[in-house]
Amino acid sequence: MADWVEACTVDDVEEEDVIRFDHGGRTFAIYRSPDDEFFATDGFCTHEKAHLADGLVMGDIIECPKHNGRFNYKTGQAKGAPVCVNLVTYPVKVEAGKVLIRTTSQQSQGDKIDEPEKTHDR
Amino acid sequence: MADTMKRDYSLVGESTRRAIETGLASAEWYHTDVSRKAMKELMQRSDGPAIRDTVIWIVAILGSAAGGIYFWGTWWCVPFFFVYGVLYGSSSDSRWHECGHGTAFRTRWMNDVVYQIASFMLMRNPVTWRWSHARHHTDTIIVGRDAEIAVMRPPDLLRAALAFTGILDFRYSLPALVRQAFGTLTPDEKSYVPEMEQHKAVIAARWHVAIYIATIALALYMWSFLPLVLIGLPRLYGTWHMVMTGLLQHIGLADNVVDHRLNTRTVYMNPISRFIYWNMNYHVEHHMFPMVPYHALPRLHELIKHDLPVPNPSIWHAYREVWPVLLKQLRYEDYFLKRELPPTARPYRGEFHEVNMSAAAE
Repeated sequence: MADWVEACTVDDVEEEDVIRFDHGGRTFAIYRSPDDEFFATDGFCTHEKAHLADGLVMGDIIECPKHNGRFNYKTGQAKGAPVCVNLVTYPVKVEAGKVLIRTTSQQSQGDKIDEPEKTHDR
Repeated sequence: MADTMKRDYSLVGESTRRAIETGLASAEWYHTDVSRKAMKELMQRSDGPAIRDTVIWIVAILGSAAGGIYFWGTWWCVPFFFVYGVLYGSSSDSRWHECGHGTAFRTRWMNDVVYQIASFMLMRNPVTWRWSHARHHTDTIIVGRDAEIAVMRPPDLLRAALAFTGILDFRYSLPALVRQAFGTLTPDEKSYVPEMEQHKAVIAARWHVAIYIATIALALYMWSFLPLVLIGLPRLYGTWHMVMTGLLQHIGLADNVVDHRLNTRTVYMNPISRFIYWNMNYHVEHHMFPMVPYHALPRLHELIKHDLPVPNPSIWHAYREVWPVLLKQLRYEDYFLKRELPPTARPYRGEFHEVNMSAAAE
C-alpha cells in the first residue's frame, strides 16, 4: 500500500528502546519491545512538545524525557499526570529486516486518558 | 540597556504575556551533549536504592518519634524531635520531589505511595503541586510562568529568613488546603492544573484536612500538644534544612533564560544533607536531565561537569556568594550572579539572554 513507509532497519533499534523517525514534516517514534516486536507512535509527547525518542522505554512504557509522563506505546494510552491525552499509534510491519509504518493513524487524536484502551492492529 | 520593567510574578499577568510572546514560555533549553548509550544507562530505574533509603528514612522517623514520645515532658525529648522534625519537615521534600518525577523507584506504585505520604507531611496538595512542578521544569525561573520561584525580585529578605521557620509556608499551605477542600482553586492554580484534574485536587485537599481535624480532635481529647508535635507542627520546626538547601537551587542567579547553567546551582554537600536532600544538590544536572534518578546524579555530574559552572564547594560558600547579590538586588532588581563556565564548556546561548546579561555580575 502506498502509505507504508520504511522507517528503519530492525538493527537500528535496540531491544527495549526507541528511535526518532521524521517523515513528511512529521515526527514519529519507533519502538522495539523487550519481546522483539515493533511499534510506532507520534514522536512528540501529548503534554508538551518533547521528543519521546529521548525518553526511556521500560517494558510496555515510554517515559517522556521532559516531565516523566508515561504512555503505553503499544496502545498509546496515557498512564496519568502530567499526561492526560493518549498518543496516536500507527500500524507497523517488518519485512526483509525493514521496519515499515503506515503513517495514517489507527486512532483519533486527542483521546482522553479515561477512555478505553485501543486495540493495536499490527 | 538593562530591562528595568518590574517583574509580575502572577501566572496570568503581564510577565506571562511577555514570556509567551517572546518565546521564553515552553522554550527549547540547552542540554549538554550526552550519548544515547550513556544516557540510557543513567536513566535506568531500580527499586533497590530507594527501598534501602526509604527503610532507613521510615525507621529513623519512627525511632525519633518513639524517643520523643517516651521523653515527652522532659528536655530529653528535644534532640529526638530535632531529628524527627528534619525528617518530617525537610527530607519529605526530596521524597515528594523524586517520587513526583517517578524516578526514585522503578515500581510506579512505590513512587505514588511515598509521593502521597510526603505531600501530606509537607502540607502540599499532591495534585496541584505535581502540575506546578511540571511547569517549573518547563519554564524554570521564567517570570510569569514558573509557579515555584522561591525568592522573587527585589528579594524580600525578611520573608526569606522567616521561611527557615516554616511560618510563612504554614500560613500559606494550610489555608490553601482548606480553600481547596471547599472546592476553590485560584486563577494561578487553574492556569497549570488541567480542568480534568482539578476535581482530584479538591478530593486530595479534603483528605489532608480530614487528617488534620482528626489530629486536633485527638490533641483535645488527650489534652496534650503531643499529637500536633507529631503531625503538622514538624512543618514548622523541622523545615529549616529544606529551606537551607532548597533556596540555593536558583537564588541570586539569572531569570528569563533558557540555559539551566545560568539559573540553577549545583552545590557540593555533606553526606547527611545529601541523604536528607536525596542528591538534589546536583541541581543543574537534575534540571537538564530530569529522567536521571537521584542515585545516578553523582555519575551524571562526573560525566557533564566539564560543561557546567564549577559547583560551590559547600552550603556556606554558596550563601556567602549569594548574600551580596541579594543586597544589590534590593536596589537594582535586574542584578544577578552570572556563573563562569570552565574553558571546556560550550558558551551560553545568547539569543534570549542579551538584555539580561548586561545586568549580570562579572
